[in-house]
Formats: sequence, C-alpha cells, structure tokens
Amino acid sequence: MPDALPVATFHILLALSDDDRHGYAIIQDVAARTGGELRLSAGTLYRSIQRMLEQGLIVEVRDRPAPEFDDERRRYYRITPLGNAVARAETRRLAQLVKLAYAKGFAPESA
Amino acid sequence: MRFYEALLHLYPVSFRGEYGAEMCAIFAQRRRGASGAAAILALWVDVIWEVVFNSIAAHWDVLRQDVRYTARALARTPGFAITAILVAALGIGANTAAFTVTDFVLIRPLPFPQPERLVNLSERLPGYTEMELSPATYRDWKSMSKSFEAMGGYTDIPVNLVGQGDPERIYSALVTADLLPVLGAQPAIGRPFTAADERKGSPGTVLLGYGLWKAQFGGDPGVLGRKVLLDDAAYIVIGVMPPDFHFPSREVEIWTPFQFGVGDFEDRNNNYVYCVARLKSGVSIEQARAEMSVIAARLERQYPKENAKHGATVNRLRDGLSNQSRLLLIALCGAAGCLLLISCANLANLLLARGLVRQKELAVRAALGAGRERLVRQLITESLVLAIPGGVLGVLLAVTAVPLLARLVPNSLPIAQTPSVDWRMLIFAGVLTSLTGVAFGVVPAMRAAGNRDLSGLREGSRAGGGRKERVRSILVIAELVASVVLLVSSGLLMRALWKVQATDPGFRADGVLTLRTALPMPKYEKTAVREAFYTRVLSGVRQLPGVSRAAYISFLPMVMGGGIFPASVNGELLSRDQSQTASMRFVTPGFFSALSIPLHLGRDVSESDTIDTPFVAVVSQSFVRRYWPNENPLGRHFYFATHDRMVVGVVGDVRVRGLERNSEPQVYLPYNQLQDHTFEFYSPKDLVVRSDAPPATLVPSIRRIIQSVDRQQPISNVRTMGDIVETQTASRSIQLRVLGAFAAMALLLAGIGIHGLLSFTVSQRSQEIGVRIAFGACPGDILVMVLRQGARLAAVGVALGAVLAYEAGRAMEGLLAGVTPADAPTFLTVIGLTLAMTLIGSLLPALRATRVDPITAIRME
Repeated sequence: MPDALPVATFHILLALSDDDRHGYAIIQDVAARTGGELRLSAGTLYRSIQRMLEQGLIVEVRDRPAPEFDDERRRYYRITPLGNAVARAETRRLAQLVKLAYAKGFAPESA
Repeated sequence: MRFYEALLHLYPVSFRGEYGAEMCAIFAQRRRGASGAAAILALWVDVIWEVVFNSIAAHWDVLRQDVRYTARALARTPGFAITAILVAALGIGANTAAFTVTDFVLIRPLPFPQPERLVNLSERLPGYTEMELSPATYRDWKSMSKSFEAMGGYTDIPVNLVGQGDPERIYSALVTADLLPVLGAQPAIGRPFTAADERKGSPGTVLLGYGLWKAQFGGDPGVLGRKVLLDDAAYIVIGVMPPDFHFPSREVEIWTPFQFGVGDFEDRNNNYVYCVARLKSGVSIEQARAEMSVIAARLERQYPKENAKHGATVNRLRDGLSNQSRLLLIALCGAAGCLLLISCANLANLLLARGLVRQKELAVRAALGAGRERLVRQLITESLVLAIPGGVLGVLLAVTAVPLLARLVPNSLPIAQTPSVDWRMLIFAGVLTSLTGVAFGVVPAMRAAGNRDLSGLREGSRAGGGRKERVRSILVIAELVASVVLLVSSGLLMRALWKVQATDPGFRADGVLTLRTALPMPKYEKTAVREAFYTRVLSGVRQLPGVSRAAYISFLPMVMGGGIFPASVNGELLSRDQSQTASMRFVTPGFFSALSIPLHLGRDVSESDTIDTPFVAVVSQSFVRRYWPNENPLGRHFYFATHDRMVVGVVGDVRVRGLERNSEPQVYLPYNQLQDHTFEFYSPKDLVVRSDAPPATLVPSIRRIIQSVDRQQPISNVRTMGDIVETQTASRSIQLRVLGAFAAMALLLAGIGIHGLLSFTVSQRSQEIGVRIAFGACPGDILVMVLRQGARLAAVGVALGAVLAYEAGRAMEGLLAGVTPADAPTFLTVIGLTLAMTLIGSLLPALRATRVDPITAIRME
C-alpha cells in the first residue's frame, strides 16, 4: 500500500480537479466541500502549494485578474497529469482501506 | 494589516518573497469577513498561532531540503568532507580543551557558597608581602575587624595516620572551629567542630576527607566515634567532609582543630596561621583593605617592637594563583585560538575553491529562480553541516585531552586535580562550532551572493578573477601569520625550558633515591632518641649492595623552599629582611657527598658535633659572600636560630627554592645540635641514598631496615632526586608539548592552504600558462612564476607573523626564564621552517604547471 498523502495536499488536488483556482478560492472550495470542517490556513496552503509545485503535482498558470479581488492579479494553480494520477492513487488507497474496515465490521454509525 | 505583514517576517525570506502578497490578500479577505470584536480577536489568535506554526515548519522544510542537498553534494566528494570535518574538529577540540582547563583554574567560581566574598588575610612584613599570622595577630584581627562576617585560620602539616592497616603519611590541616562556617562547608556525615573542640586539653577530634574515608575506612558510616592515631596522639572521628571539599589544597585529607593555649599567644612573630575570611555582604575588598591597614597601624603602635613595619594584605581567595600558572594557561588559550583561526581560514579556502568550481551550478540555480538569500542560506547550511560533526568530534578530542592537561592545574587551589567536563564545556563547544561554521561559511557565501549576474553561466568564463584570488591569498597569509606566531612562541618556550633545565641545581641528582620518614612527636622529641633511629637506619642502608652514601636532612631542596631564619654578624639587629635571611637545615654527616654538593673549604658536620660541643655550621658560598667577602670565613661566628654558631665549612650553593627562583643562602647545622623541644619541625626526616642499584630493588631493602628499627614508622614520598628536579619543569614541558603540537598542526595546515591555493590558481590559469609555453617559455620560467607566487605569500605572512610573534613573546615574557622575545635563533629557525613549508606546498602545483600542454589548454576554450 502506498504512503498516505497529506490531507491538505489531497484536498488541494480535489479543489483543482475541475478548475484552475487561486489560493483563496482553494481555501473556500475545501471549506465548502467539507462543510466548514477543514479550513486551510494561508501558511499551510502555501507550504503545501510550494511542495506540490516542486513535486510536479500542480503548476502555476499565467496570472489573471480575479473578479472578487478588485482587479488585482492573482496566481492560479492547475492540476497536472501527475497530480491527477496521484489523486486517483490516493482515492484507491482510501477506498481499499474503507473496504478493509467494512470487512472487519466497522461501519459508520452502524447499529 | 501592517502587523500581519510584520508577522510574515517569521517565514524564510524566499517563502515570504514568493507567497507573501498572496497570504496578505487572503488575510485581508478574512479580515473583511470578520465583524464584531470577538470575531476579530478570534481571527487574530488563529492567525498568530497559524503563522508561528507554519513559519517554523517552513524553516524546517528549507533546512531539511538544504541538508539533504548538502549531504548528497558531500557524498560526491568524500575527501573534501572528511578533510573539512577533521580540520574543524582539530580547531574546536583544541579550543574546547584549553577552555575547559582555563575555565576550571581561572574562571569557574570556587566550590563554596558565594565564593566572591572569600578573602585571604596576611601580614605584610619588610621583604614579604604575604606572611602568615601569629596566633596573637589572628586573635586581634578577628576581634578588631568589622568588615567580615566571619574569619577562620588554618595551617597544614603532614602527619602520620594510624587508622586501619598500614600507617600512612598524609597532610592534615589544623583549623579554627569557625573555618568551615567561613567557607560555608558542612560535613557530609557527622558534626562540625565546635568551640569545645578548640579548648586546650579537650579530647582531640578529626574530620576525615571523603577520599581518605573511602580508602582507609571503606566508606563505613560507623567510623564516627572511632579512634585514630595522628603522630601517635589519639583523636576521635567526628565526621566526614563531602567529596568535593578540598581545603586549603587538595592534598589535605584530614582536619583537626587548633587548641591554642596561653603560651601560643606570646610570640607575635611566630607566624603560621593562614587566615581566610568572608566579607560582609555589601563590603568591598577595598573597604576591607582600608580597615585592615588601620588595624595593622593600631597594632604597630601597641607593639612597637614586635609589630614594627607590619601591614596587612587582603586578597581574594580566587587569586591565590601564581602569575606563571596564569600565563601558562593564557598562552595555551592563545595558541588554541591561533589554531582555530587557521582551521577557519583553511576551511573557508576549501569552501571558496569549491564555491568557484560550483559557480556554474549556483548560477544555474539562481537562473531557475532561487533567490540570493536562498543560496547564501544553502551555503551556510553546508558549512554548518561540516562544522557540527567537526564539533562533536572536537568535543570527543577535548574530553580525551583534558586529563592530559591536568598537570597544568596548580596544587595551590582548593579544587580537584582533574577538570570536570561539564555543561560549560559543552556550551562553549556549541558556540564555537556555530561560530566556526558561520565564519568559514560566510566568506564563500558572500562571494556567491555577490555573483548575481549570470556570468558564471557563460561557457568558458574563467572562474575566479583577481579579486577572488586576493581573498584567498589573504586567508592563506592569515594562516601563515598564525602559524609563525605559534611556532615562535613554542620555540621561545622550548629555549626557556632548555635554559631552565640547564640550570645547575647545585647538586647531582642522578643515582639519588629519596624517601621520607617523618618521626612523630612526642615519641621522637628527644634528640638522643632520634639519633639512635638515624644511626641504625643509616648504618643499615650504607651496608646495602650498591649504596655509596646515605644521609638525612630536614627537608630536601626544591621540595621545601621555606624554613628561613635571619642571621646576624656582630650583634646587628635581626630582621626578616630578605637581605639577612638564610635557609636552615639540620643534616647528618655525609649529606653533601650524598648529593655531590662540593665542599669548598673546611669540613662537613660530624658525629662529634654534639649538644655539648661548640655550635657549628656549614654555610653556602653565597652566605660567605654576603657577610665576609674576600675573607676567610672559617672560624667566624654568627647568630642564627637562637644560638651563636661558628663556621666550620663552606659548600656550594643549592637551588633550595627551585630552578627558577632565587634562593636564600644556606646554613646547615649538625643534627645532634638540635636541642630537645626546639625546632622539632626541622628534625631530619628526608633520607637521601646515592647508589648504583636501581630504585626498584633498593626500596624494599630500605623499607625492611626502617621497619626493623621502628615497626610503626611510615615511609612516604619515595622518589628519585631526578624526579624532584624534573617536577620543576613538568608544567613547562607539558605546556610546550601542547603548544608544539599546535604549532606543528598549524604549519601543516598552512602548507595545505598554500598547496590548495596554488593548485587552484594553476588550474585556473592553465590557459594562460599554455599560451606562455606556446610562446616559448621554458619549464623553468613557469616553475619560477608559480613558486614566486608562493614566495610572495610566505614573505608577507612571515613578516607580519614575526611582528605579532614578537608581541606575543613580550606578553609571555614572564614564562621565558630570561630568554629574550627577540631570540634570533628561534626566529631564524621559524622563518626557515615556514619557507621550507611554503616551498613544499608550492612545489607540486608548480611542477603541474610546467606540464601544462599548450594545445589542450588553449583548446579547452
């Protein structure tokens, strides 16, 4: 079984899976999808982004204006094919893990 | 907002540069979303915590990355890594060891509570700045002074201890009951002395030293209340002192209280009480000095005859250390510092050379967007990665070396023999390691930082222009300077050692065995009883095979320097002025021939000089020079140690006070003219035996003889006279060995430095050299060209080094035993050595230069 991906990394990959986003948009997307449970801080976000850039999971795309930032140019990030593959592998790993847990009789909120 | 920006400074510069603006924007967004004081407060708490945590994590990320990168880079060049680590270990180890010993002896507070308030009090007499007190003076000072919280007295005397097993010769201290409270010391078990123990006639009590307790009594706590015999008198053990208690010196192992009687206070000039006091808090040592000189003046008025010209000296207990011991250690630290300087310069040069070779790599990284700060940080990490293993290795080196330096710890301090390795040493080594790492990393790092243009990328550009070479040359010159200073210092000290060793002690030490049988009083208080002992022992020893001479004396020269009495001719007034004193020793006949001290005139003392015949003396030549220059001294009379004495012989002078000090003239008195109950302290106790037999076979036979005369008599201090003379120079030769080793390493490092620099220039200039050869320069010209560069470095280094070395020599003139700091042979030898080393260092690169192939060199472009 491959090593687990850091949670923040996985969520960022998920946030970028459908669209290029800038930093604040990633935070908002993650928060919305987890029902406000996971709020990435700016530091955690950019430390993850820096590492993911080095690992080639994401790339920076050309600056473009962000509508909600009053014309300021923001950096946008896009998932790479490698990033896609890694996200899929992580999904597979998690699915297997869950399957394993079910087989052992663990089920969420089961009676 | 501004506060948030400031917070971002916690992040690594590169990270902040990259993402700072984005993070600010996100913060602004969140700030806008928060309304109400509670929400804003919660936001700030959240943000501060988040920034602190993530900035540490980001620094950690960078560090991990740099370390990984460095480890990879170093693994590719293991030779470089090992050299660098060893050089750093050498510098750090030498300094840590030197620091530990110096700190232990000079800096660390004495092991007593509030040691800075402890002072020594002594009397100042004409000719003596520090003289012990008489019991009367001690009593008066104690009752009159107000500057001190408490005052105590002590004196140390050797005693024969019979406790369990064999009798043993040990040092004991007689102390007043208030001495331990002054020091703030307490017995580990049992009780301290009380006023009752001090009363004349009350039963004797002792406190045992921890080491003695362990060795003689097996650490048995039931020792309390047990009886021991000290010089045949019974004492009751009342306690055991803690293991780290050494007072007044580490030789003392047992303490008993003074029991002053009325008679002891009569003679105000019988000085034997050392005085130590604790200043009241808030009272300065200057105030105490002022008060004590007033008191001394009052006593002088009160006792105009006995106390004439008596003053008082107050010194800190911590300063009870000879200037020479201090200088020895400071010189050691200076030498270690030089070595560290050289190590750093060498490492910086190694890294610079590496940096130049890696310029391309760095330029590539800069082009890929690594900021300048990021590269500097990387280089500093790299040098720290080299320095830290160097530091660890250095500490191991120091831990092994420190016990070897223990001989540099003087005996006169109340501290243990071997410096303990403690957290101070580790902190010192840690600081030194980081400083070393930064120091040798910073030059190459600045270099890299200055190179922001991408010139490094241009193919074929020659790395290392003139300016860079200048920095490297300066580093090599610094190495040369430091090694010249070290070499000259060791050379001067070596000359001083030779000079001291060549000093004629006045006797011939080889083939002489000595041992001590200190006869306990009152068993041996009668002269006749002692005579019987000496006669039986000496006649037995003289019959042993190989023994040619044997005799007894009060104290061996160089072992005991004191025992000084004033002498007067024609009834002049006696004073303890140095111009009137001489050392007094009682000897058995044959002492002079046993030590081969030449008899110039008259005769030796003889068995027929007894208490019933006229009192006679054998004096040394300097004594004759002082009182009867150019006259026949035989038959002359002088007054000395309570009697009129007649000169019957003149012998050569002996260095009683040691090889490096001036000694008073000597007066030798016949052992049978020592009256009962007088000068018991001077009764002969040291046996000297001249023989061809090796000491190992001789000692057991002598032991048997002494035991057959007195079964209870302990034998101590068995050693050869040669050992005694050698101890005179022991700390010097240790220091010289250490310094010499430092100097040798320094010279080697400097040679490596020169070699490194020249090899590098040759490889950088191979194109130019190729062109020169192509234009017809012969190998000789090329050789000279490279050698000339080495010679230029050496000339500058030697010139600067010589000047500094002269200054260093002047600073340690006190150690040079009269050798001038400008000693020509030393300087010439050092200059020769340094030039030779330069030549050796330059030769290899120079030869390589002559073999440059012009075609390849030019084609490389």
